[in-house]
Amino acid sequence: MIPSPLQSYTRTNWVEADGATLNELLADLDRQFPGIRFRVVDEQDRLRAHMRFFVNNEQTFELNHPLHPGDEVVLVQALSGG
Amino acid sequence: MATKKRKTAKPKRAAARTKKKPVKHLVMIATRKGLWFLHGDGARKQWKVEGPHFLGQIINHVMLDPRDGRTMLAAASTGHLGPTLFRSTDRGKTWKEAKQPPAFAKAPEGAKGRAVNHTFWFTPCHANEPNAWYAGTSPQGLFRSDDGGDTWYSCSYINEDPQYIEWMGSVQDGTPDGPKMHSITVDPRDPAHLYFAMSGGGVHESTDGGKTFKTLVKGMEVVGGFDASNIAFHDPHCMRMCPSNPDRLYQQNHCGIYRIDRPSDEWVRIGRNMPKAVGDIGFPMVVHPRNDKTAWVFPMDGQTVWPRTTVGGKPAAFVTRNAGKSWQRQDKGFPKSQAWWTVKRQAMTSDGRDPVGLYLGNTGGEVWMSRDEGKSWSCIVRHLPEIYAVEAIALS
Repeated sequence: MIPSPLQSYTRTNWVEADGATLNELLADLDRQFPGIRFRVVDEQDRLRAHMRFFVNNEQTFELNHPLHPGDEVVLVQALSGG
Repeated sequence: MATKKRKTAKPKRAAARTKKKPVKHLVMIATRKGLWFLHGDGARKQWKVEGPHFLGQIINHVMLDPRDGRTMLAAASTGHLGPTLFRSTDRGKTWKEAKQPPAFAKAPEGAKGRAVNHTFWFTPCHANEPNAWYAGTSPQGLFRSDDGGDTWYSCSYINEDPQYIEWMGSVQDGTPDGPKMHSITVDPRDPAHLYFAMSGGGVHESTDGGKTFKTLVKGMEVVGGFDASNIAFHDPHCMRMCPSNPDRLYQQNHCGIYRIDRPSDEWVRIGRNMPKAVGDIGFPMVVHPRNDKTAWVFPMDGQTVWPRTTVGGKPAAFVTRNAGKSWQRQDKGFPKSQAWWTVKRQAMTSDGRDPVGLYLGNTGGEVWMSRDEGKSWSCIVRHLPEIYAVEAIALS
């Protein structure tokens, strides 16, 4: 699931992507929607502040978290500020 | 009677023969919540607001390429997403995201690498380098694009140099919005001759296109109690080169207003000549496009906890017409009291016309302009979000 601030890239809130890890999933997303990865992950491969991944409802901060066919990945923005 | 008729008729015919294309004006306003344009007529009296573009995105800077008059870059980020850039090749009508925004090199395994938080400053490269741009980032980094802003690369060793990274300091050492590289300046006589400034981290000069840099901080003061020989403590806010004399630069610093005349390597604190009750602290620095003795500042209250508002709540620009020997207050048209503005370092500029038009945007979302080089001011738009940067250009 894609949070609303990133839907300017995907034009929808649900997309399908492939990958054996979150990293690979992000790479596939970036192929489909160029530029989206850098808004989520910085150049040191760190998840940006306020970004949260949930894989099958379990939160993870590890970009090498393994994925399996059919897994549901939710990207959430922890909103802050005014 | 006949004589009078001839006198009035002749200039009309002459004017018709030499009629020039009408001049229009474009003011680009980067705000905390998006980008707006002001379209002005030739007289700079009628202004039409257009926008928002990128509503909700923080636009740190926007710049029109003066070399082609069409390419425009906007530095964008949000409170939640990583930074990006948008490009337009039709003067802001349509936009496309840059393929590869500025980003630091990936650090070796185990090392703590830096990440660009936002792009803060754009400078078009030399006139003989079409489509080439420099960008300064927060945290401090120097980047270059050779394709009109679509892809960017780290163009100098300083981005990875341990000495420079020490001078740049950490986020804790920087300004509240993050430490910044700014005031990237290209010598119009030599594309390899560059300056940049860092908050913090001082002023630096390269004569080989950025392959090497040397510090240029002699004469600049630092906050009391700190060691001026430590480059990290130097905090230039805005530096401008005089278009009519590239050997002369002016600088508004955290600690005063300065001028340098190259080849001298020593800054002179010309802010000492400001009225004592006003002081010489502020953010923007504006130079006259044709007269190297004329420059403007917009002082902020730098006392105690550094309010960084107009001094006494009374907005005023100050102009020098003798290279800093004396300064004159210019506040006609501004509110007389209870106007506690902050004007950021990129939020005051000129349009190059004769007489020079001056523009400033404040944190209260107002743009004020002067058609007569600061003698009088009027508000040309209000109720915008907090203004980060204002750029103005005359279009023929």
